[in-house]
Order: sequence, then C-alpha cells, then structure tokens
Amino acid sequence: MAPKPGSFSTSIPYEEKKLKIVGTEPADRPDAVDKVTGRARYAADYNLPGQLIGKVLRSPHAHARVLSIDTAAAEAVPGVKAVVTRDDFPDMAVEHAASGELMINFKDVTRNMMAREKVFYDGHPVAAVAAVSESAAKKALKLIKVEYEVLPHVIDVEAAMQSDAPILHEDQFTKGVDPTPEKPSNIATRIESKLGDIEAGFDQADLVIEREFRTKPVHQGYIEPQASIANYTDGGQVEVWTSTQGHFVFRAQIAKLLQLDMSKITVTAAELGGGFGGKNNVYLEPLAVVLSRKSRRPVKMVMTRDEVFRATGPTSGTHTKVKIGVTKDGRITAGQAELNYQSGAFAGSSVPMAAITVFTRYDIENVLVVGHDVTCNRPKVAAYRAPGAPMIAFGVESVLDELAEGVGMDPVSFRLKNAAREGTQTHYGPKLGPIGFVETLESAQAHPHMQEKLGPNQGRGVATGFWFTLGKETSATLNVGEDGTVNVIMGTVDVTGGGRSALAMVVAEELGIPTEKVRVKSGDTTALGFNFMTAGSRGTAAGSMATVKASRDAIQKACEVAARIWEVETEEVVWEDGHARPASTNVGDFEPLSLADLARRAGALGGTIAGHAELDVAMGGPGFGTHIVDVEVDRQTGAVKVLRYTLVQDAGKAVYPKFIEGQFQGGAVQGIGMALNEEYIYSEKGTLENPGFLDYRVPVASDVPFINTEIVEVPNPMHPYGIRGIGEVPIIPPIAALSNAIYHATGVRLRDHPLSPPKVLAALDEAAPAIAAE
Amino acid sequence: MDNLRYEAADTLAHAAQLIAAESGDVRVLAGGTDVLVQMHSDMIEPDLIVDIKNIPEVRTIQQEDGGWRFGAAVPGLELMDHADFCAAWPGVMDGVKLIGSVQIRGRASVGGNLCNASPAADSVPPMIAASAMATVFGPNGSREVPVQDIAVGPGKTSLEKGEIVVSFSLPPRPAHSGDAYLRFTPRTEMDIAVVGVAVNLTLDDAGICTAARVVLGAVAARALLVQEAADALIGTSVDDAAIENMIQEVRAACRPIDDKRGTIEFRTKVAGVLAERATKIALERARGA
Repeated sequence: MAPKPGSFSTSIPYEEKKLKIVGTEPADRPDAVDKVTGRARYAADYNLPGQLIGKVLRSPHAHARVLSIDTAAAEAVPGVKAVVTRDDFPDMAVEHAASGELMINFKDVTRNMMAREKVFYDGHPVAAVAAVSESAAKKALKLIKVEYEVLPHVIDVEAAMQSDAPILHEDQFTKGVDPTPEKPSNIATRIESKLGDIEAGFDQADLVIEREFRTKPVHQGYIEPQASIANYTDGGQVEVWTSTQGHFVFRAQIAKLLQLDMSKITVTAAELGGGFGGKNNVYLEPLAVVLSRKSRRPVKMVMTRDEVFRATGPTSGTHTKVKIGVTKDGRITAGQAELNYQSGAFAGSSVPMAAITVFTRYDIENVLVVGHDVTCNRPKVAAYRAPGAPMIAFGVESVLDELAEGVGMDPVSFRLKNAAREGTQTHYGPKLGPIGFVETLESAQAHPHMQEKLGPNQGRGVATGFWFTLGKETSATLNVGEDGTVNVIMGTVDVTGGGRSALAMVVAEELGIPTEKVRVKSGDTTALGFNFMTAGSRGTAAGSMATVKASRDAIQKACEVAARIWEVETEEVVWEDGHARPASTNVGDFEPLSLADLARRAGALGGTIAGHAELDVAMGGPGFGTHIVDVEVDRQTGAVKVLRYTLVQDAGKAVYPKFIEGQFQGGAVQGIGMALNEEYIYSEKGTLENPGFLDYRVPVASDVPFINTEIVEVPNPMHPYGIRGIGEVPIIPPIAALSNAIYHATGVRLRDHPLSPPKVLAALDEAAPAIAAE
Repeated sequence: MDNLRYEAADTLAHAAQLIAAESGDVRVLAGGTDVLVQMHSDMIEPDLIVDIKNIPEVRTIQQEDGGWRFGAAVPGLELMDHADFCAAWPGVMDGVKLIGSVQIRGRASVGGNLCNASPAADSVPPMIAASAMATVFGPNGSREVPVQDIAVGPGKTSLEKGEIVVSFSLPPRPAHSGDAYLRFTPRTEMDIAVVGVAVNLTLDDAGICTAARVVLGAVAARALLVQEAADALIGTSVDDAAIENMIQEVRAACRPIDDKRGTIEFRTKVAGVLAERATKIALERARGA
C-alpha cells in the first residue's frame, strides 16, 4: 500500500517569499549540450581495458521446467572466459524490499535474473557467457544445451485467474483471503480498500453504470537499452557502471543477491537514456559481476532491443470493472471497482498503488475497491510512470463520461461538482491537504481549446489523473570551491527531466548566487548516504529538500567564517543576497562578504565551506491534472487522428517551467502511444511477436499534435518552495480522454485497449446498424 | 560473422564475378537500410557483402525513348529531388515518399525495396502499376524482367545467383494518365504497410478509361496485379458504379494472413477503401494531365 512517512521523516514547511531564480528559465542546462553532441556517457559508452562481452541465453518457452543445462561445449569455444548458470548464484529466501513504487522479493529477484527450477516467460535468462568478442559469446550461447520440459502456459489475466489455469508457482496461495486457500493459485494477493457503505451509496443513486475494461501490457519504451559494465578485481572490489534510476538500491540488491558487503561495491549511475520506472530493477548487473569474478576480467553487457522487450519489465495487462452511481443532479454517491492486474512471472504488480488512485480525484462517500495481483507467463512487470493508474483511469473516467451525459452535464462541470479538495477523505486513508485539482478543472474549462469548433467525425474528450509525490531517503553534499563556485553531489538520478539543473537553481536561490556558479553531479554509492530510487515523481521534490538542507548547512559554515573574520559571534552574522552581513548595526560596521570572499579565506579559518544532508523526506504534495483532447475518426479505416491536446496540471511550484512543460508533453505523448497503438502481442505458444519498435508502435513525432500545457501552482505545504512531483500524472488521463473523444466523434464507446484502427473499425461496424436505426 | 568480407564493385561485371566466386551467403548492398538492419538483428549472417552503389549504371536517372530509366540504387531522396520524374510518375513517388523516414530515404533505393521482397514494400505496387521493367545483369548477360516477376514471396526473388537488378525503365505516358499509391499504417510514418494499393489510369479525350492497372500490397505473399479490378474501370468514366465494382474485385482478390500487423478482415476491408481513394486521386491526376 501507500508508503507512509515515518515519525523521523523530514518536511520543511512552505515559505512564501520573493524568488529570484526558482521559477525562471536560465539558459544554462549543462547536460543538454553534451547529450546533443554525443559526449554524454551512457552506460554502453563505458569501456575498461581487457573487458569481455557478456551475452545472455534466454528461454524460448513461455513456461517450462529446466531439467538440465550443459555448458561444456560453450566453455570450449575459443575466446570464452566464463559461463554462468543458476548454479553460480546463491538461492534466496522470501524477503521483501521496496524498489521504486513496486515491492520486490529476493527469492523472486534471483530467479528472474537467472532461472532456477523453471522458466516463466519467453526471454527468461537461463545462462550467460563472457567472451573476448560478441561473436564468440554468441557462438557459445548456441552451444549451451538446455533440456526443458515444456509446461502449459497462461498469458491473459482473466485466463490466469481461472481455477483450472496452468499454475506458475505451486507454493503460491492467495494472500488476503480468509481462510488462506489450500489450492495454489495464480492470484498472489487480494487487496481491498473501503470507505462508507457501498450498498447504501448505490441505493442513493438515480443512475448506476457498470462497465468492464481490458488493457494490453505496454512497455516503457526508453530509447537506451539496459547496459552494465562490471569489474570484480582480484582485491575483491566490485565496480559497476550501469543504466539505473537508483544506484544505491542496485548496490543493496547486488550485495544481497551475491552475498557481498555493500562497502566493497561501488555503483555509478551513468547518464540515463530514459527509464520511466523500467530501470528500477537489476537484470544484467549481478550477471556481469559474477561473470567478471569468474573470468577475472571486466565484463560489459548491453541488451538488444529484442531482449529489452522480451525480458525487462513492461506494465500489467489488466481487466477491470467499474461501477459508479450518481444522483440526478450529478452527485456521485458510490464508486466500486475491481482491478485484476498481471504481475508477470512473479507476484508484485502495481495493483496496490493503482487501487489507491482509483477514485482519489473525487469526493465520494462510499467506495469499495478490490484488487488482484495475478501471476502469468510474461516478464515480471516493472513500474511504468504512475504504475497501474492509466489503466484504471481509463475505466473510471469512461464511466464518468457516460454518467455526465446521463445526467445532462458537461464533462468538466460534472467533475468539478465531485472534485476532491482540501479535507476530502480518501478511500485509502489520509485526508487530502491543499491540492490543485479544482484549479486544473477550472483552468481547463476556461481554456480556448474548449471553444474550438469541431467538424464531422470529430469529438472532444476530457479525463483527469492523480498521483503521489514520493519522499524517502535522500542525501546530498555541497562543497564551495576556493573561488566561490559550488559543486553539489546528488544521490538521486537525473532521469532526463532536467533534475540536475532544477537542483542547481534551488541551491543558487538558497545561496544567493547565479545558477551557472552551481554544478550538480550524481555521486557514486561511496559518495553519499543512501538514496532511494528516483521514482514516484520524487527526483526534484525530494532531491531539492536535501539540497536546501545542505545549502542551509553551508550557509551556517559561511557565517562562521565571516564571524571569525569580523571577530564576532556566528549568531551575529546573517546571510542575505549571497552575502554575510552583520545581523544589526550593533554588531559593527562591516562590509558584506560574498561567498567567494569567504571561500577564499575559509581554508585558514576552519576549513572548506560545505554542507550535507541525509534525510528521510516525508511523502506529500500529490499532483492532479486535467486533459482535453480532440480527435477525428476515419470511419472507413478506424484510424484516429489526434487534432488538439491540452493538459493542465498542478506543479506546486514550477522550478523551471519549460522542464515542467517538457514532462507534461512527454507524459501525454507516452499516454497517447499507450492508448492508440502500443500493445504486447503473443503467439499461441506464448512467445512475444513484436519485440521491436517496428511492430511495437510508439508514436513518432508526426503522430501527435503540439501538446498545449498550462501549469497551475498550488504550493505543496510540506516543501520549502512548494514543489510537487509532476512526472507521472501526465500519463494517466490520455487513454480515457482519447476513448471519450472517440465516443463523442462516433457515438461508439471503446472499452478494449488499444484504441487501434482494427478495434475502432470493428466497433464502428458493429454499432453501425444501431446508430443507423437512431 | 567472424569472416565477413566487404567488397565494393566498380562495374557490373566485377560485382557479378564477386558474387559468383563466393560459396557462402552473399548480400548485395545499395543503401543498406534492409541488409544492415537484418545483420544487426541476427536475421542474416552473410559471408560477403558486395556494395554496388559505386557502379554508374545503378545511380543515374534519365529520360529514355519518351519514358524514364533510373538506377536501382538511386536513393529515394534523389528521386524526390528530380522534378521532371516526380511530375511524370506521381504515384510511383507516393510510394517512394512513404519508405521509412527522411534519414532512411537518404539511402534506401527502389531496387533495394524490390529485392528485399517484402510483400509490404511501398514502392513496388506503384512500380508494377506503372508497368515498370527491371534490367537484370548476371553471369549470362542482361535480361529485361517485368517488376511484378522479381519478388516471388516474402524474402524471395526470381533472381539467379549472381544476378543484380541494375535499373528500371518506365514507359512513355499517354495523355490523360495518372497514378497514385496509398497505404494504411497505424503510425503516420516509420511503419510497414498493413495494406497498400496502387492505381494507374489512362483516359481518352472523352474521359473514358482506356487502360488501368490496380496493384495490391501486403494482402498476399507478393504484390498482386488484379486484372479484374482494372477491368471494372476500363471502358467506364470511372463513376461511382465502376469504382464500387472495382472495390468488390479488389476485396475478392485479397488473400492476406492474420498476423501482428493486421487481421484478414481488416486488411480486406481497408484494401477496398484505399482502392477507392487511390482511384480518385489517380483520376484527378489523369484529368489534369
């Protein structure tokens, strides 16, 4: 369920003040130029002398028992230096840990990175090879003999829930059901979230609509495939450079999986080529480390796109049911939902997070949400930008659209009437603090987009989204150079949204110096205290909490240096506009000293001016958004053209507004892709049919219109600058918004994702006689 | 791929000789937008690559006998920059312009598109509709082959070992002729045709259709030249009734597969829709020509 802040977690209250840097758009974005010119170093760009190339042998079966693995012929290939299988990794007991927004279990993690008793999906690793060349490694893979006993498989979530379905895990008995069943099941867990009296709620309703929805699994689609290079030295030091959203979490997992001391492992997060939650999990890292240990050479491993699709975490395919009741004046009285989510090969889907977002945008007194976490023969799912939320928002926002029409209200007014506000009781626990949902709806209502005229076969859809802002462990160190310029070491990863620049701006604001005097870098795992995964929209929100703390710590030290120069007490010095000044005229008549003045003299007056922070940042400041989309439907081919798109979202405080717009636009485009054409397609044998960008159709630039954005700012009261997480909300509404728009264009409701041309055409053809009759 | 060799040929005879002398798998490289991609994705492991793009005959565009001849390795962008050719064969260019993306068209050629033998190749249906002939050079000299006879199934051509498609000739166009190609893809670009339809028409002075060719892509193992669909148009003013008959013939001729890219039902239905739309574009172009 939702991570709860501990009693020692940190929040710094929002303080309204005049800002000089935060909220502006300095031209400086140091990482941008190096990315454009190709100088930025992604994980696959790292090379070490003497390195080997590692490749993975993957299961061709969806479900099979691994009877034997014979690596003798592979080991004899010239140039092959190491081959590893399940026998090279210790087995793990059941032990749960957080890894981003999803929970992991080490018993499963070790089985997912290298199959033990069974393979559970097409692409499941069964062996790995390190050789002096890629061709030698590939040749060796072909010579590994794996004897499989192929078992019946199940892909689809509804099929996996049937009592006669092929069972993945004989020792999995549904949790959350009392008494615990005696028969194993693919349903790993049943969860429930309740508020009020659901039956009474429906009794009060004048109109009740219940619908079923289905969504296909989709992939995060990051451009950079996973890549890792590991060096296990003869002295027992382990160095790893990798593509990750959380190098500290990866260090902990490598240590656990390989039974090593954390202190002997250094993990460096390379420049990230997109993650979106998909780089919250180890895949190659432990294999590369063990291959390096065995071969006594550095080992580099880079996935192909085919491997990325077949074996790294996509999101859940889902089956959901939504039932909502309203009074005839448009007040929602009850909301009920069932969420059946695939978790893939091992338990642990996003259903717990999804379950708490279902109705959280609305003030509903009576709620019942039931969720099932269902194993099936697909890769273990990973987080994907607001994990689980877009699929259930599809259901809820579609039903709301029908209800609005049923009670004769426009979609925005209907949502406004029921919108969650400060003080609204959520169905999962807390009451909401100050939030900006109503503001996003009002702003959408007033947007010029709403006045655009629609032509034939065109329609307009509206939908909304909600997501959390995760806090968690966050550390930062700040060092002031002798020239007064500042280096900040952050422990979160710049997941490509401009996090480094945003943190530099916050530090510059705190210190009162120009942004270009501050450089922020990601530190390796030896440089800082623990940092949780950069997930849950926390990068800038939680990251800046640590850098504010570190800045204030450094200011304290700077004031100490000034006090020593002036020979006064530190308490008699204040920091204003980037300068130490006497607190009052009583202290003395001293010229203010700049950070550069102080830094130059600090060495002899106590040492470097520096600050640091090791926090457990409190969770808070949820984000809300409202999307409007216009489409045109080609009734003869089922093609949906997106004509116009507008997104309004509460950012709390936009540190660098253009970065926020970029996040909004990127999220909306991913959502449009997810809605229209992206889907995993499986063969009857349970193998993935479209493991590449040719047939897994993420949108290209010409598929989407310019995404208009509008930023609402309702400050997060738990953050000194009012910042909320903003990265995930934008991907939530698009499926629903597009489906609603297609309905308003054609009169046909689609409840089966993706809203691809064959499905749209079939739905139009099916509805044609009925529509003609009207 | 340990022993992969790369050779760039300067003449057709040199290329033919290199290919004939190799006992292993040989691939001919022009733009490389299929061959290199297939190598990187482990679909092929050639022993020899023969690069033909330095051979003059495969890189020229010229008028010939009142029609046109262009080299098989001429990149799509060069054709797109050739105003006279574009004006003469707008339907062929409809296909060329849809291959890949701008970057891909900078290298990809019509010859490569044909010899890759994908049933969904975008330039192939309009070339067949244009009655294009391929000049093929090989160990036994040159021969002329109708474009529709080159690809015989997915990834398979009728070319003999050592044979290279050198160039294409397109016939002179009578007055009032027009051609067009449309395809359906879920994405606007960087995609593979789920269905493609090319139509080439000639009208007389009274606006009656005197010649027609209708070609379907991606609805069979190779591009289909559908005589019955053309016959439905010939002798008519290409009115709604004639187009309706043509649509029926197009759908009857489709024999697609169900796969990840489309269903039988969807492909058959949309083939008819595109046939109508392509015919109307070709008709408008013929009336303006």
